[in-house]
Amino acid sequence: MSSVECKVVIGLEIHVQLLTKTKMFCGCALEFAGEPNSRVCPVCLGLPGSLPVMNRKAFELSVMAGLALNCKIANFTKWDRKSYYYPDLPKNYQISQYDLPFSEHGFIEIPVNSGDAKRIRITRAHLEEDAGKNVHTAGNFSQVDLNRAGTPLLEIVTEPDMNSGSEVRALAIELQRIVQYLGVSEASMQKGQMRFEPNVNLHIIKDGKEYKTPITEVKNLNSFRALEESVNYEHSRQLEEFLATGKTMEMGNKSTRGWDADRGVTVLQREKEEAHDYRYFPDPDLLPVKLTDEWIEDMRSKLCELPLQKQFRYVKEFKLSEYDAGVLTAERAVAELFEGAVEQGGEPKRVCNIISQAGLKLANEAGRSMAELNIDAEGVAAIAKMVEANEINAGAAGAILAEMTKTDKSAKAIAEELNLIQKSDASELEGLVDAVIAENPQAVDDVKSGGKKSKAARGFLMGKVMQKAKGQANPKIVSQILAKKFG
Amino acid sequence: MAQKIDIDQVRKVANLSRLDLSSEQLTEFAGQLSSILEYVEKMNELDTDGVEPLAHCLEVSNCFREDIAKESLGTDKTLSNAPEQDGQFFIVPKILDESNAS
Amino acid sequence: MSDELLSLSCRKLTELIRRGEVSSRKAVEAVFSSIEKTEPVVGAYLSTFIDESLERADEIDSKIAAGKKVGKLAGLPIAVKDNMCTTFGATTCGSKILENFHAPYNAAVIERLLAEDAVIVGKLNMDEFAMGSSTENSGLKKTVNPWDVNRVPGGSSGGSAAAVASGMCMAALGSDTGGSIRQPASFCGVVGLKPTYGRVSRYGLVAYGSSLDQIGPLTRDVADAGLMMNVIAGHDDNDSTSVNEKIAPVPDYLENIEKGIEGLTIGVAPQFHAGADVEVLSAIEDAIEVYKGLGAKVVEIDMPHIDYSVAAYYVIATAEASSNLARFDGVHYGHRTAKPEDYIEVYSKSRAEAFGTEVKRRIMLGTYALSSGYYDAYYLKALKVRSLIRSDFTGAFEKCDCIMTPVSPTTAFKIGENIDDPLKMYLSDIYTIGVNLAGIPGISIPCGFDGNDLPVGLQILTPAFTESKLLRIARMFESCTEFHKRRPQKV
Ligand SMILES: [Mg+2]
Ligand SMILES: [Zn+2]
Repeated sequence: MSSVECKVVIGLEIHVQLLTKTKMFCGCALEFAGEPNSRVCPVCLGLPGSLPVMNRKAFELSVMAGLALNCKIANFTKWDRKSYYYPDLPKNYQISQYDLPFSEHGFIEIPVNSGDAKRIRITRAHLEEDAGKNVHTAGNFSQVDLNRAGTPLLEIVTEPDMNSGSEVRALAIELQRIVQYLGVSEASMQKGQMRFEPNVNLHIIKDGKEYKTPITEVKNLNSFRALEESVNYEHSRQLEEFLATGKTMEMGNKSTRGWDADRGVTVLQREKEEAHDYRYFPDPDLLPVKLTDEWIEDMRSKLCELPLQKQFRYVKEFKLSEYDAGVLTAERAVAELFEGAVEQGGEPKRVCNIISQAGLKLANEAGRSMAELNIDAEGVAAIAKMVEANEINAGAAGAILAEMTKTDKSAKAIAEELNLIQKSDASELEGLVDAVIAENPQAVDDVKSGGKKSKAARGFLMGKVMQKAKGQANPKIVSQILAKKFG
Repeated sequence: MAQKIDIDQVRKVANLSRLDLSSEQLTEFAGQLSSILEYVEKMNELDTDGVEPLAHCLEVSNCFREDIAKESLGTDKTLSNAPEQDGQFFIVPKILDESNAS
Repeated sequence: MSDELLSLSCRKLTELIRRGEVSSRKAVEAVFSSIEKTEPVVGAYLSTFIDESLERADEIDSKIAAGKKVGKLAGLPIAVKDNMCTTFGATTCGSKILENFHAPYNAAVIERLLAEDAVIVGKLNMDEFAMGSSTENSGLKKTVNPWDVNRVPGGSSGGSAAAVASGMCMAALGSDTGGSIRQPASFCGVVGLKPTYGRVSRYGLVAYGSSLDQIGPLTRDVADAGLMMNVIAGHDDNDSTSVNEKIAPVPDYLENIEKGIEGLTIGVAPQFHAGADVEVLSAIEDAIEVYKGLGAKVVEIDMPHIDYSVAAYYVIATAEASSNLARFDGVHYGHRTAKPEDYIEVYSKSRAEAFGTEVKRRIMLGTYALSSGYYDAYYLKALKVRSLIRSDFTGAFEKCDCIMTPVSPTTAFKIGENIDDPLKMYLSDIYTIGVNLAGIPGISIPCGFDGNDLPVGLQILTPAFTESKLLRIARMFESCTEFHKRRPQKV
């Protein structure tokens, strides 16, 4: 049997919808859903005579993203028309950037093994307008909705630097975190605000000779899971195909395949890369953009610490686990809440637990992000300190946090109101212990006997004391008193 | 005389232009476009090495608008000139090859 | 009485209206009675709005009666080329593909006309999508030259020139991509001004060659062109290519219009005279003599790249047009073929059915010039040649205040004469095209007549954003000649 070594190679083409109020070249509002064709004007309908005017905010956001992706920002950039006929593209050309994109030559770091980062090179990032949507309903026709037409998109192209489905997934998650951190995009894959099209092929060494399989571009990926699974599927499909046919890149053309999530397979959409001739040329309706170095630096100053750096720092600085650091840095608002609470004296691990357990649970239940929960760093720090001081038990933290989302009262006030303050007063607790001892002679005897029932009986008494204290007794002190009583 | 652009090329260009031309029209255009292109190639008499292409006469840049919403046309006006529509959408014959999009 | 009204200048008529001495209604009625009489012969209009116009005239009259402030064009009956979008009537661009298109918005210039209380009486015929030099390419109507009904009015703003010349409106707007205002103005014996690229908003002007298109006035005299410029010039937020007024302030074009330019230096280039008819050349030479008599000096300038302007133009304009006209696809608006097999046929059949031959030819040419493998040889090369042509002008204007040339090698030619030879038709734009490539302003003024009693136009060119000076130079000639006062008698 011949030896076969196989490496999967993946590059990504990514479209990210920018978080602006209006479209790229007109004043139509951007909202998800809504009446079809209701947010359309002469410009995004491509009416004769209409002209595009650039959205400043869209440009600024994309430059910020380019900087966060370590790209070189061009001092001169321009707009080009990319021509193709399609019903969701009203002008039958897309305004995009061809030979002079605003940014090139960057990289993004993705977490691979715990604590390790892999650098994926970014070829370029450019700005363009989105098309509308063709809706394929039952019947012998298609429907066209132009609400999305003209939405500002950041297109990011990576080098083929990824070598597994999990790396592709890691990049997708990392990129989502970055653009969400910077406020560049909401980046929901479900809403189509972030779309990934992997280009996949295999580098195979068979009998000492290297072969490359034809590249497949995969479309219709609506989740991180689909992204990862489709790459893994292509890996095995292409290997099988190669072993069966021996087809290589030189022999077969690039093809496009669509992901069928139900069946977990990719389906051939277009065999040959049909001779696309986009006839790019500079858009005469738009002026070029000249970026001064000062302007670029000003944009740079608006950047924040990126999520992966934060994550690594949390592990190192706060001695958190890789997992906890990942949870805390998934969203910028959560990370900021965490850092704020620590700054105000909360013990990091304690703060982390409050946020990552109680906090995220609350957010989940409310179907909102933590940022929208009316919880501030001061409150979280206060809760953490109360747990630390044994004023409340860890379980009470969740109840206080939940109450905080509804009122503006302090943590302490809430704890008192809910009767969550633990009784730590030794003399008061001693009275309770004495009463329990008096009421349960059998258990007392069992403890004193020191036999095999002794440990269980001690626990029983402990429980009785807590019951009497209605759960508000500090268990540590109760057990100290019990120990004293029984010597 | 060999033509600058032959009928196959004209057919390809007609296809790119989404113009369904008859074969007579293709032949006629092949001739006319050939003589126009021949004339246009007069430009090759000029040495343009090192000449900056001039796409725009205006020497201005950076024309931006602020990210402020303006009123849209609304569905009725948007569809008002449509050859076929259903009150909500533009209607076209069924698109089967979704992958033809960019 | 009504003919008398129509022989007044726009300035005079609006002044009388403003003073309440003549009503706007009277002026509008005069125009419509002229249309009734002349239009069946000339065929300049694609649509007219008699009821709306009278209603609007009454509104303006009552504003005046009430002592309210009215605009610069108060009560004036004006018409526009049918490639400017209007919410009233159709906007057809002279094309079957837009025959029933009703724009949901007004072009920026339309808004400006209305804001200054003009009355827009109708929309004027043109070569389909402004592609042509004779208006014979209109897909909807035939327009003739009011000086000789067997001849073309020029193009593509042929309807505009013919309507102004024959008194069917007080002034008109046209658009000029390669000479489309100046050439019909010269063929019809009226004044036509193409402003600097970026001076007038293109928002709402259906694009032909976006980097070349510019809207401008066609009027009966030079000062009326200044009046129209006072209304239409200026920045527009909806057009990125309309120039910021801080960079290029908009002057009052009438303020110094009667003041000649002292020590005027006129540039004359041999390249701009080659190939012109003898009678045209002699009219131009006579005109330059008039300027000399006024104290002007003539210098010879060299424009070595002008000969290449037609070549560069027909690549750049058609490349842009091929892309600009892609939107006419039968999907969202405009003509759709009756029984498309599939959605691809919606495109290819609708376009094939509704575009005229010249439009198809230019779309094909432009598509070819941009297609893979040909871009560098044609499109990029043309942009470089464009650069050289602009430097010819920049160099020339270091030696002179203005350049004078014929507008066209011939006077108005016979209908059908050039229609079968597209290249010959293209070459007739040789004197006007370079101006669009360089983005500078140019004017055509009546400067004589040939043996057939057809008007000859003198073209005057000045540097970018010096329309004020251009108008003053043009007015110098007009103020001591009578050519602009002659009106066609044949219709
Ligand atoms: Mg793209
Ligand atoms: Zn819009």
